[in-house]
Amino acid sequence: MDTFLQQVVNGLTLGAVYAVVALGYTMVYGIVQLINFAHGEVVMIGCMVAFTVIVALASAGLPPMLVLALGALAAIAVCMAVGYGIERVAYRPLRNAPRLAPLITAIGLSIVLQHLALLVWGRSYIAFPQIIEVKLYRLGNAETSATISNVQIAIVVASAVMMAALLALVYRTRMGIAMRATSQNPAVAGLMGIDVNRTIAQTFLIGAALGAVAGVMVGAYYGIAHYQMGFMLGLKAFSAAVLGGIGNLAGAVLGGLLMGLIEAMGAGYMGDFTRVCTLDTLLPGFAEACASNPDASLLGSNYKDVYAFIVLILVLVFRPSGLLGERVGDRA
Amino acid sequence: MSLLSLSQVEVHYGGIRALKGVSMEVRAGELVALIGANGAGKTTTLRAIAGLARATGGIRFDGQSLLGQAPHAIARSGIALVPEGRGVFAQLTVDENLAMGAYSRGDRAAIEKDREHVLSLFPRLAERLTQTAGTLSGGEQQMLAIGRALLSRPRLLLLDEPSMGLAPLLVDRIFEVIRRVSAEGVTMLLVEQNANLALEVASRAYVLENGEVSISGSAADLLGNPKVQAAYLGIEG
Repeated sequence: MDTFLQQVVNGLTLGAVYAVVALGYTMVYGIVQLINFAHGEVVMIGCMVAFTVIVALASAGLPPMLVLALGALAAIAVCMAVGYGIERVAYRPLRNAPRLAPLITAIGLSIVLQHLALLVWGRSYIAFPQIIEVKLYRLGNAETSATISNVQIAIVVASAVMMAALLALVYRTRMGIAMRATSQNPAVAGLMGIDVNRTIAQTFLIGAALGAVAGVMVGAYYGIAHYQMGFMLGLKAFSAAVLGGIGNLAGAVLGGLLMGLIEAMGAGYMGDFTRVCTLDTLLPGFAEACASNPDASLLGSNYKDVYAFIVLILVLVFRPSGLLGERVGDRA
Repeated sequence: MSLLSLSQVEVHYGGIRALKGVSMEVRAGELVALIGANGAGKTTTLRAIAGLARATGGIRFDGQSLLGQAPHAIARSGIALVPEGRGVFAQLTVDENLAMGAYSRGDRAAIEKDREHVLSLFPRLAERLTQTAGTLSGGEQQMLAIGRALLSRPRLLLLDEPSMGLAPLLVDRIFEVIRRVSAEGVTMLLVEQNANLALEVASRAYVLENGEVSISGSAADLLGNPKVQAAYLGIEG
């Protein structure tokens, strides 16, 4: 059955995007133990800025790849500025406040950013310009084989490259070691001559840049943008980060990919599992529904947003530290 | 001229006056000990110098005022603090911890030389370079913390209770290194509860009592001082 393979392809694409966004959550959490709930809005802004730039350049006759690259670069620049501003204005003054204070600030900030976007880009859905012609490749010879598009390939490859670059940065460079040192013990990091404020700002900048690229990928994949798109995407990526173990980079990648697969599988199979005629064989009371409309299902693919939160609840109940997370309580 | 001078330094924690006007000095090349009972303000004095505690009064290092400077700026001016409880980065490897010690330096060749030197002082660390620091024993962590501080090539090394929680044999090992590093010309301010040990290695010492300097003088004088003997050296007068 090719539904399975198709949903694996879709799930991995989606998961790659979630992973990149989840990295932004987990990096910031790792260094300041704060959930930056405005990160989803950074992704949305990245998508919107790229949209504006691409539309502006669409008629200029430039090669499509160049237009897309310029759009992504503009998104990265704007998102980095937004990310830096968020840290500087909303989080740094609360660095030593009780933890609830920055959390509430983060939620407030997310609402502010949404409504700024509403003012700039309006309240309606925006069709993201499809300047790259979509090509489908069959994974097999049959008519019914699963397909993968060039956009999906590009998303998976770009995500993999960014994740590898991030891991190299964090584990191989002096700046990355300083980030990890600051995340473990900011006071002692300062004693080493590390400018803690600057290191934290760098973390926000990197997270925001990743978010910007994720925004462009989401726009290119779904073809639409909306000022509230960052909310659900952010919550799902946050759930993915918690699933993998918040604060753990590899965990964010794993959690993101799993979250994408779970969502795609759920969307692909939920309709089949809850078909009224199937239920009729298992439970009483569905005979009439089955007779009147044999193809109807109780739950369809539009329930796909539910799975992320089911996963989040299960993780929080059964393994709060996440799949790879064991960072709690081992500070020197 | 003194390398470090404190004049009338006060530190408040909330409503509590932890330091009530401490004045002292450390001259270049000296090893000065700061002794006193629990809660006398020894650690607070070091924290004030390193910029971790907000202080008033005067703290000058090599002619520059340190008051109000951020810890990283003070570290870059040449002061290294080995904090109480060692403060190693538990999830970084031993090698990465050492690299963080040299964070502010750019002279790669000299860093590599200093690293070799630190590893010769503490051969145990050389065997454990790729282990995470959290897996080290308490004594090894203390060695790492001192080695890391030395890698910043400090002009003033502040040591906070290096003997705390260590087995006697390890304490001897650590103090042997302190003596050696001092002989190599590194200026040190050593905070110790073990006054005997501290006065053995130091040239001069200050006694802190309730946030104030009560006695000061050469280490030999203090070792012979009946009040110090009774209060800190466990010798009945």
